[in-house]
Amino acid sequence: MMLDSILFYFFAVLAVGSAILMVTRRNAVHSAVFLISTLLATAGIFLQLQAEFLFVVQIILYVGGIMVLFVFVIMLVNLDVAVRQMKFNRQSWVAGLLALVLGGLAIVVFRSGGGAFNLMASPVTTMPPNAEQVGTVLFQKYFLPFEIASILLLVAMIGAVVMAKRKI
Amino acid sequence: MLPVSYYIYLSLALFIIGVIGVLTRRNVIIILMSIELILNAVNINLMAFSRMWGSVDGQIFAIFIITDAAAEAAVGLGIIIAFFRNRPTVLADEMDLLKW
Repeated sequence: MMLDSILFYFFAVLAVGSAILMVTRRNAVHSAVFLISTLLATAGIFLQLQAEFLFVVQIILYVGGIMVLFVFVIMLVNLDVAVRQMKFNRQSWVAGLLALVLGGLAIVVFRSGGGAFNLMASPVTTMPPNAEQVGTVLFQKYFLPFEIASILLLVAMIGAVVMAKRKI
Repeated sequence: MLPVSYYIYLSLALFIIGVIGVLTRRNVIIILMSIELILNAVNINLMAFSRMWGSVDGQIFAIFIITDAAAEAAVGLGIIIAFFRNRPTVLADEMDLLKW
C-alpha cells in the first residue's frame, strides 16, 4: 500500500511537471522530449494500475512510433525562424484563464456530484492476468470495432501518404 | 490501489495543461503534441475505472484511443508538411489564407 502511493506520486509529479515544461518550452524539440517523458510517466501509472499490456503498448506505440514521427517532422520543417519569434499568440491570457476556469468548474462538479459513484473508496478487486484477458475480450466482445479500427488506420496511412506527396 | 479520485485529478491536470497548450501556443507542431497529451489524459481515466471495476473493457477502449491518436498524428503531420511546402511557416496565426 505504501509502495503504491509512493509510485503514484512519483509518476504523477513527473507527468504533470513534464507536461507543464512541454507547453512552455520555446524549442519544439525540447517540447517533444518533455512529451516523451510525460508519456513514459503515464506508462508507469498504467503499470501501477496493473495494466501490463497497455504499459507495453504505450511505450512501443506512443514513445516508439508517434513521437519518432513528431521528431522526424520537426526535422523536416525548418524551425529556425519560429524559435526566434513569440511563443504564445495574442489571445493567450484570455485562453489560459478560461482553461483554468474550465478546470475549476470540473473540480466543483466532481466534488459535488462524484459522491454518487463512491469514488473515494478504494476497490478491493484484483485484476485477472492482463494480456490474456485483453486478447480474449478484444477478439470476442469487441471484434467488429477492432476491424473498423484497422480500416481507420489504413485510411489514415493512405491519407498521410497522399498528403505528403509532392505531386498528386 | 489508491482511490479512483486521485487518478481523476491527475487526469484532469494533464487535460487542462493540454487545453492550455492547444489554445495558447502558436507553433502547430506543439499544438498537435498538446492534443496527444489530452488523449493521454483520457487514457488514465479509462485505466483507473477499468481497475476499479476489475474488468478489462476500459483497457480495450484505451487501445482504440491510442489507435485514433496514431491516425490523427499521421494525417496531421502530413497536412503540416503539405502546408509547409506551399507557405514556409509553422505558426498557427500566420495560416490565414481563408481568413476574410
